[in-house]
Amino acid sequence: MIADRRARLGLALVLGFVSVALLGPLFVADPSAYLGPPLAPPSGDFWFGTTGQGQDVFAQTVVGARSTLLVATIVAGLTVFIGAVLGATAAYLGGVVDALLSLAVNVFLVMPGLPLIVVIAAFLPPGPVTMGVVLTLTGWPWHARVVRAQVASLRSRDFVAAAQVSGESTWRIVVVELLPNLAAVLGSSFIGALLYAVGAQVGLEFLGLGDLNAVTWGTNLYWATNDSALLTGSWWTFVPTGAGIAAFGFGLTLLGFVLDERANPRLAARGATGPGPQPTPVERADG
Amino acid sequence: MSRGLLARLGLYAVAAWVAITLNFLLPRWMPGDPASALYARFQGRLEPSALDALRLTLGISDAPIGEQYVDYLGQLAHGELGTSLVYFPSPVSEVIAGGLGWTLFLAGGALIVAFTLGSTLGALAAWRRGGWLDSAVPPLLSLLGAFPYFWLAMAASWFLGFHLGWFPVRHAYGPEVQPGWTLAFAASTVRHAILPGATMVAASLGGWVLTMRNTMMGVLDDEPLRFAQARGLGPSRIFLHYGVRNALLPSLTSFGMALGFVLSGALLTEIVFAYPGQGYLLLQAVRGQDYPLLQGLFLTITLAVLGANAVVDVLVTALDPRTRG
Repeated sequence: MIADRRARLGLALVLGFVSVALLGPLFVADPSAYLGPPLAPPSGDFWFGTTGQGQDVFAQTVVGARSTLLVATIVAGLTVFIGAVLGATAAYLGGVVDALLSLAVNVFLVMPGLPLIVVIAAFLPPGPVTMGVVLTLTGWPWHARVVRAQVASLRSRDFVAAAQVSGESTWRIVVVELLPNLAAVLGSSFIGALLYAVGAQVGLEFLGLGDLNAVTWGTNLYWATNDSALLTGSWWTFVPTGAGIAAFGFGLTLLGFVLDERANPRLAARGATGPGPQPTPVERADG
Repeated sequence: MSRGLLARLGLYAVAAWVAITLNFLLPRWMPGDPASALYARFQGRLEPSALDALRLTLGISDAPIGEQYVDYLGQLAHGELGTSLVYFPSPVSEVIAGGLGWTLFLAGGALIVAFTLGSTLGALAAWRRGGWLDSAVPPLLSLLGAFPYFWLAMAASWFLGFHLGWFPVRHAYGPEVQPGWTLAFAASTVRHAILPGATMVAASLGGWVLTMRNTMMGVLDDEPLRFAQARGLGPSRIFLHYGVRNALLPSLTSFGMALGFVLSGALLTEIVFAYPGQGYLLLQAVRGQDYPLLQGLFLTITLAVLGANAVVDVLVTALDPRTRG
């Protein structure tokens, strides 16, 4: 997998941002301090310029990564875990439990996400805890559906029957026998969950539903709009944060592609990940 | 009607009931009471008696919860969504109705363009698997898709609107025209919709390309297609008749699912462009802690998406013999 060009780029981007989030804040100025003139363009003193309040945009971008990525990682871990346990249990038990859980999952999946998240978040005190709770509550159904489908197909295999015959408990069969066989699906789900958690978080904070005193990628963009960055042409107040979100997201998407193609080789473009399905001569003649 | 379609329609009905009930329970479940919070915000400027009026506006009373629920359903059935606080004293239903057309125009237009363009690109990419289109377009669009919708909107608004001055950057029509069925007004609305619409298309195109490419690849590997090739049918006929036609309907099924995503993106895009649709109202509701408006928006948008999904499902079932069980 590491041999794949896209996987290498994706991994480099993701790990790069993770290190920035972990170590970066140690090396930059206080992101909330009023250090310079308001809305100063990028210069030697302020690499990414200053905000409408004279804060250092570079420091805000680096420090913002920490909070956003931390909340996103926790949310992604929780949603995938909850989704996996519920999905696997439903598929394994079948019957009424399965029917009810599938109904719950489908109900959440057909409802548009943002209005639901916004209306719940608006009733809770703003902050990272609210953010985490709201995004976890609304994020798990997708993973439950994917895992349920996978487990339903594993369930009829012989090794599960063998575990049942030897008297293992349901809980043990789900966790020990089934979950390890889901590694690729769970990996792909985790990547999707991270993308969702970053995007939804930034969107909510942009609306003003985050802790506005905290420095996160979402609040950076909130303040950029509030300080009329667009009407004064101060592109430097929103470009670095957006580029950060996109680069991190793109890295994740690349990793997701590679994982998906390993799970389903039909999707692979010829030659990109080794020998894929060979097209028929007729197709080749047409191409 | 097939069983599959009935099950789907039943699901939408359940989802609608969940949304309606959630909307009822949220203000009652959540810690702190929105009326008191609002009262505290206007500290000193409201009479103590106003607190009761506020609670009434928000639909909170001391009556038994079952009774409140029945009252709530009754009001809802009459289209009563309470009174907006930001646009006081306008009823929420009126405020929302005022922005609905703009959102339908902008988000609907962007969705149709993105679906058509994306499906075409995806079908071509699958047809020439590994060709330049297939290797260049999906990564490029994924990169675009990695930006938050509203950030693309900000960037486009700054560069194409503010910097180059090619497009208007705010509102749905210019101050120089009067709303009405005139050519000048129509031209102004189109000019104002191009930039927000284009950013929404750019952000959502990648999903359509990938969906169509992946479905199309499955279809292209199928037996009927090989048979068509063996019969010596021309490539364009195989592409359209055997490929696109069969791949398009599954893609159309995800059209309904995508509606929710696109709408969520559209809401934030509207905010950037101060476009007077549902998204802009949502922002006003959040900033002004206008709970009645916020809940009304949640309910309207959710029910609209569910209804649109139902329509798409009925259409797909009518068009695609495979889904008739």
